[in-house]
Amino acid sequence: MKNAIGVEIPEYIEGLGKLEPFQGVWKSIIEDEVPSTNISRTLKAKKPHASKLCKTLEEAIKKCKPFDGMTVTCHHHLRGGDGVLMKAIQILDEMGIKDITLASSSLTSAHDGLVPYVEKGMITRIFTSGIRGALGDTISVGKLKYPAIIHSHGGRVRDFLTGRIKPDLSVLAASAADEEGNATGAHGPSAFGSMGYADIDARYSRNVIVVTDNLVEYPCIPSTVRQHFIDYVVKVDSIGDATKIASGTTRITNSPMDLRIARIAATVIEHSGLFKNGMSFQVGAGGASLAVAKFLREDMKRKSIIGSFMIGGVTSYGVDMLNEGLFHSIFDVQSFDAAVSSSVLNNPNHIEISCDQYANPNNCGSMTNKLDVVVLGALEVDVDFNVNVITGSSGEIRGASGGHSDTASGANLTVVVCPSFRGRLPIVKDRVHTVVTPGESVDVIVTERGVCVNPAKPNLAAKLKEAGVKVVDIRDLKEEVEKMTGIPAEKQLGDQIVALVEYRDGTIIDVIYNVKNLS
Amino acid sequence: MLYIPGNNPAMIQQAGVYGCDAVLLDLEDAVALNQKDAARILVRNMLKTVNFYDTEVCVRVNNFHTPFGLTDLEEIVPLQPDNIRFPKTETVADVKEFMKEVRRIEKEHGIKNPSMTIHVMIETAKGVANVYDIATADPRIDAITIGGQDLTADMGIIKTPDGVGIDYARKRIVMAGKANDLDVLDTIFADVNDDEGLREETEYIKKIGFAGKALINPRQVDVVHEVFNPTENEVRKAYRVYSEYIKNKKAGIGVFAIDGKMVDAPVVQRAITVLEFAKIDLKEIEKNAG
Repeated sequence: MKNAIGVEIPEYIEGLGKLEPFQGVWKSIIEDEVPSTNISRTLKAKKPHASKLCKTLEEAIKKCKPFDGMTVTCHHHLRGGDGVLMKAIQILDEMGIKDITLASSSLTSAHDGLVPYVEKGMITRIFTSGIRGALGDTISVGKLKYPAIIHSHGGRVRDFLTGRIKPDLSVLAASAADEEGNATGAHGPSAFGSMGYADIDARYSRNVIVVTDNLVEYPCIPSTVRQHFIDYVVKVDSIGDATKIASGTTRITNSPMDLRIARIAATVIEHSGLFKNGMSFQVGAGGASLAVAKFLREDMKRKSIIGSFMIGGVTSYGVDMLNEGLFHSIFDVQSFDAAVSSSVLNNPNHIEISCDQYANPNNCGSMTNKLDVVVLGALEVDVDFNVNVITGSSGEIRGASGGHSDTASGANLTVVVCPSFRGRLPIVKDRVHTVVTPGESVDVIVTERGVCVNPAKPNLAAKLKEAGVKVVDIRDLKEEVEKMTGIPAEKQLGDQIVALVEYRDGTIIDVIYNVKNLS
Repeated sequence: MLYIPGNNPAMIQQAGVYGCDAVLLDLEDAVALNQKDAARILVRNMLKTVNFYDTEVCVRVNNFHTPFGLTDLEEIVPLQPDNIRFPKTETVADVKEFMKEVRRIEKEHGIKNPSMTIHVMIETAKGVANVYDIATADPRIDAITIGGQDLTADMGIIKTPDGVGIDYARKRIVMAGKANDLDVLDTIFADVNDDEGLREETEYIKKIGFAGKALINPRQVDVVHEVFNPTENEVRKAYRVYSEYIKNKKAGIGVFAIDGKMVDAPVVQRAITVLEFAKIDLKEIEKNAG
């Protein structure tokens, strides 16, 4: 069956079940009934004054009675420094547990060590929002038993609430926790800021273990994860590499090209009609997208604009803007650098939120639905404004869906920033290799060679032209770039489906096939 | 004007997108001796293929007294970039010799109405001494520029942040340029991480009459534009001056006052300069004032 953007979707995949094709950004959420398969919380009980503390993670996992075919979940707030997920998988493997479904909110370079567990079939299913490095390569060549599911951040919450992901064991790292499992990422030697992705795991998993290198006196204040969801608590020497968990202060790029793109994007925002008091804003943490914040900051000061809130992954740059009074508040689901943690801890206007509140499509208070402007990156874009943030130039899995499609669907203005080519590779395609965010939810693509406005937004195009912005037809831009770069050779792909891209509403928007020759 | 090394294909192909008014593709100081041929071939091919959009393109060739200067001209002149820059110009004879070759090459390639103009670069004490004569040496010269790095080396001094060592040269070159209705462009600012230093220096050279500045990194473009672009208030004031000038002119009045301040021909000329910088159509103002 074909979905709304013309991708052939299998009706059923062994090990994953029946699939629903993507029908449009809001079609299944607004026009169809909300799925009625909501799960309920696990009933738990504990004797008065009994201790939850375990001497080792192994002891805690044993108490959770692991079994073959179970689902294990983790969060990715420790980023490239995570030492907890790998430890949990290693223990489960030593116990002889197999056929595991791993549902981590994202997977980073810290999880390359999962490769042998995938290869030997100990891990057979993966649900996540991002896969990179050696693990991405392993899945791309078809070594995971069942196709990986790439979901969005909001989609993960929906998957929990509809029972698509049924967590049996959640191992949640915290930079500070107490004996009852009240836990935070806001302080401690390994502080990582918001713990927003872990909230859903804590609430809905059958067994929850909090792991910390910093057991504090009861009660842990503040606490994101609360004690009445937590089964066991483990104090360990280290939850990972602190230098990779949170690295200093995020710096704005020095790349002249990224800065140029960012300057144009900020001009687009200024003339979009949304640049006014009360504006809400989200920006990514890297390259050109973060640099947009630099120019927006200057423009807001120049025009005396005060925004309402920023959301999302938060950098120290966002905290600076909050402290300067350029925004009233920050809603923080994930903190990107060490400098943010103290703001989470000390500034009442820096509000930690769960991923449920951030981006779940099936609730009535998702922050992404209140968003005015979001600036997002891209690995590829196409003439229909679809965006790929998951597969690389050979078709390999090497990126993250993250909150890309969540924010794009909700924002009044979705701006995608990318160079028109990288190295010798054109970025504007007839069709992106993998659609993560549908063009229907993308308004503007900003490149160094011009700004492409979705034809569905003629008024926006007119406003930008009037402001002197160089607006170009995306097909003309593609042609111009291909004159310089040529057209890349076809990717060498097989016929095995290695991953499915799940849109935030649970439908399948694209299918990823195995790469034959991954260099 | 953004300097781009002639042997850097990645930067050249992006030259037109940085938002600068002009780029200088450099075959001279930015290119190592063993890369001269490669740079020349690359710039030649890039001129044929790359879209620089509305960015003016200048090529700095090597001086004639090097083994590369003439070969550079043979390859570049037929392609007629917007300008060619002649470095280390010291005498009128230098210009005559250079232009003789330029015209020979244009003739050999059947270029009857050449559009390419000439920028002369003053980078030695001798050049500074002769700058008035150099500025008038050929009608195709439309800009004159100072090379601060080479000039301080030639003078045996260190280039200091306050620029005091080249201040006389700067002012002399500006006067030579202004006297001959040429654009005068300032030297580079070497510290790409010092935006405030760049801003201060640009504000200074604007005050003493330069029309623009050489840049070595695209990140410097915005700072220089911010200094040279008139502010909203300046534009409003200039608009009012020019508008009142048109009204008074029709009434046969040459000198008048706005808010108690005298407006005469030089004030009007400065207002026109501001409006031109701001790309405001003078005819539209004339129509509205009428």
